[in-house]
Amino acid sequence: MIAIIKYNAGNIKSVENAIRRLGYDCMVTDDEALIRAADKVIFPGVGEAASAMKYLKAHGLDKLVLSLKQPTLGICLGQQLMCSHSEEGDTACLGIFGADVRKFPSRELVPHMGWNNMEQLKGKLFEGISDLDNVYFVHSYYAGLTDDTVATCRYILPFSAAMQKDNFYATQFHPEKSAGVGERILKNFLMLQ
Amino acid sequence: MLKKRIIPCLDICDGRTVKGINFIDIRDAGDPVDLAKRYVQEGADELVFLDITATHENRKTLSALVEKIAMEINIPFTVGGGINSLQDVSLIIKAGADKVSINSSAVKRPLLITEIAKEFGSQCVVVAVDTKFISNEWIVYVNGGRIPTLLRTMDWVKQLEESGAGEILLTSMNNDGMKTGFALDITGAVSLAVNIPVIASGGAGTMEHFKEVFEYTKASGALAASIFHFGEIPIPTLKKY
Repeated sequence: MIAIIKYNAGNIKSVENAIRRLGYDCMVTDDEALIRAADKVIFPGVGEAASAMKYLKAHGLDKLVLSLKQPTLGICLGQQLMCSHSEEGDTACLGIFGADVRKFPSRELVPHMGWNNMEQLKGKLFEGISDLDNVYFVHSYYAGLTDDTVATCRYILPFSAAMQKDNFYATQFHPEKSAGVGERILKNFLMLQ
Repeated sequence: MLKKRIIPCLDICDGRTVKGINFIDIRDAGDPVDLAKRYVQEGADELVFLDITATHENRKTLSALVEKIAMEINIPFTVGGGINSLQDVSLIIKAGADKVSINSSAVKRPLLITEIAKEFGSQCVVVAVDTKFISNEWIVYVNGGRIPTLLRTMDWVKQLEESGAGEILLTSMNNDGMKTGFALDITGAVSLAVNIPVIASGGAGTMEHFKEVFEYTKASGALAASIFHFGEIPIPTLKKY
């Protein structure tokens, strides 16, 4: 069973649909026991960092995410919330990844919206994916590059398109909206041991 | 590098895909879910569904269709047509759409844009602008292109950006259905004037037209309907072009 963490951030339906299309069972839940018992956990999110963190804390979900031992995937805002700090609402985040999240300087259109490719792809998440493949991004804030970066995207500046540390995985892009390439990345995550 | 987006648009009428020329003379073009799946396979970057009947009675039919589309396709999609309130938006987003497109309701009450942006994020709000060059000026039209307003297109798009719109879908009614190319002048002017993505729409007839609009304007994407529905331009060929 795959658990998708339910909190005050949108985009949950499309993640759920994507997982079901891959033939996996999933549930959207904020129940601690169910999340702990899941094979994999997905921490999705479209929304605003400060209000999302506030909600997570109020419901004890911040400590729960930090204590998870199974493969856990943060998507979009999920990745940003797994970093140390976000400039959006000057928010202290979960601190799984040692990156700071900042707003893109407006030298180009912000948000970074649309299909972009990535470089320096590392690890199991990107098995079968090349740096010519495109994935779908929609975001105004980005996580900088750190030792945990496993994919780099360039828009205005280079940033972390994906990160990994221990059992924690995260993507700034939306695999659930990235056609066949995204499907492969999600499948790679779901097949992790 | 961020890619320019190719966006097929599906006009929906009573659950079927249709296409008119110059906003009238409607032809049937098939089942929207089948067509959407075909476009995804062919490499479309995004899809837009516009409910052109857009009455209150068929709100439920539309959200059921949106749910079906969301289950079947794995690329971003926008839904528009007759969206008047935050409740309408919520229904469509919860059904699985990534963005909503509003048009007449934004002209009637520009605050709606701000309200949607606050509740769901700017990235979710596409404002469709139907514009026509008439008496030496680009003017905004509403109600599916039937009613002219007093708004100048250039003033309106700046106001949209300030109100929190995430994207502008700019349709030139002079070009729509004519297959003579996008309106490069107004698309160029609008894409220079605002700092949000502009999607060019109306007039695509050949692959050259797509190249032109990306070369001569700062448009982030280009939208077309009939040339994709009837297979006149295959998307995979266009994307390689």
